[in-house]
Amino acid sequence: MKGIKNIFAGPGGIIGVGVAIGILAPLLQYLGNPANMGVCVACFERDIAGGLGLHRAAVVQYLRPEIIGFVLGSLIAAYLFKEFRPRLGSAPIVRFFLGVFAMIGALVFLGCPWRAALRLAGGDGTAIFGLLGLIGGIWIGTLFLRGGYNLGRTQTTHTAAGWMLPLFMIGLLVFMLLFPQIPGQDKNEFIFYSVKGPGSQHAPLAISLGIGLIIGVLAQRSRFCTMGAIRDFVLFRQMHLLSGFLALIITALAVNFILGQFKPGFEGQPVAHTQHLWNFAGMSLSGLAYCLAGGCPGRQLFLAGEGDGDAAVFVLGMIVGAAFGHNFGLASSPAGVGPYGISAVFVGLAFCLFVGFSMRKRIA
Amino acid sequence: MAKTVDARGLSCPQPVLMTLDEIKAGTETELLVLVDNDASKENVSRAVQSRKWRVESIEEKDGTYQIAVKKG
Repeated sequence: MKGIKNIFAGPGGIIGVGVAIGILAPLLQYLGNPANMGVCVACFERDIAGGLGLHRAAVVQYLRPEIIGFVLGSLIAAYLFKEFRPRLGSAPIVRFFLGVFAMIGALVFLGCPWRAALRLAGGDGTAIFGLLGLIGGIWIGTLFLRGGYNLGRTQTTHTAAGWMLPLFMIGLLVFMLLFPQIPGQDKNEFIFYSVKGPGSQHAPLAISLGIGLIIGVLAQRSRFCTMGAIRDFVLFRQMHLLSGFLALIITALAVNFILGQFKPGFEGQPVAHTQHLWNFAGMSLSGLAYCLAGGCPGRQLFLAGEGDGDAAVFVLGMIVGAAFGHNFGLASSPAGVGPYGISAVFVGLAFCLFVGFSMRKRIA
Repeated sequence: MAKTVDARGLSCPQPVLMTLDEIKAGTETELLVLVDNDASKENVSRAVQSRKWRVESIEEKDGTYQIAVKKG
């Protein structure tokens, strides 16, 4: 197709990337990551918030190397293909709070869109309600987009400004290497490590980092985005990104079968609950926030890796949102929604509607 | 002289929405779309071709892609 020389952005490319993630994510589960959580950007950023002690939920504290790999892989790809473009200034404070509420919605459901797909591919029927909520939230977001919603233009900035989130990620990696977990202990001089629960379940660091880097490179090249997949189909009836997302689900399903990780049912699914309405509503909030911010949590990491400072602010919003989520009883657990999770969903939806209705200035 | 759609500094879907708005308005037969990132360049190219327009040329100047698109 004319105008598209990048093979990863062609139809085969995006499907290939979906297949690759669909293989690598269940493989990470096989190698130690929590069940149906081979890669979950929301869960893993929440674990990072815990590893840094921003929240004290002892079972979800670990500086996930996959997230570090996503950002650095994207950075490497952006430099290799001359696409590193330091930019920022498109309403960063709004993006910060969209990140906060996107995370709160994700913690009510217990996963980002990637994990919703992996949960479904692992046989978790409750994920269906999350995915329907995701579609609903994004659909509302497209109504705002059609109505002229936008957060304004970015400005080109200093190269160093584009390096801020990659540098933060390098810092996290240095911390992990200098201060590894002391066996059986939940904290060393600086970093918190879960000794039980999902945070204690992880593939070896080098493998997590390596797979994170591979996915970071592939996703930067292909512009893989789970929110964009649904948004572009709703807005333009375009299947491009959606074909990648569907490829991920189908491949992960097949790989789960092969690895013996497919366990169909609704009850007792790993790190999931059966309050379907709130699975739906939590993910609706997230989907709307992703749509208003222009990318799913994964895409925000890849954009941050190629120099987008606004996406980086969204990522920091998600990390802070995770801290709020666990400090204030907003996050769900396998037992069900947290004591204030439902209220938080309403506050989040009200915030997103406020943003959607109030930021509709036409672009000059 | 083709009408210009200036989508610099905007990320998708805005550049695509702005371009398709002009195409749907039906008054233009050629457009010059300005974008400043590769994802937008690819998305605009993909979107116009799905509306039976074609990409005539793409020039890069100072970090801006000038995408010339034409009906038919």
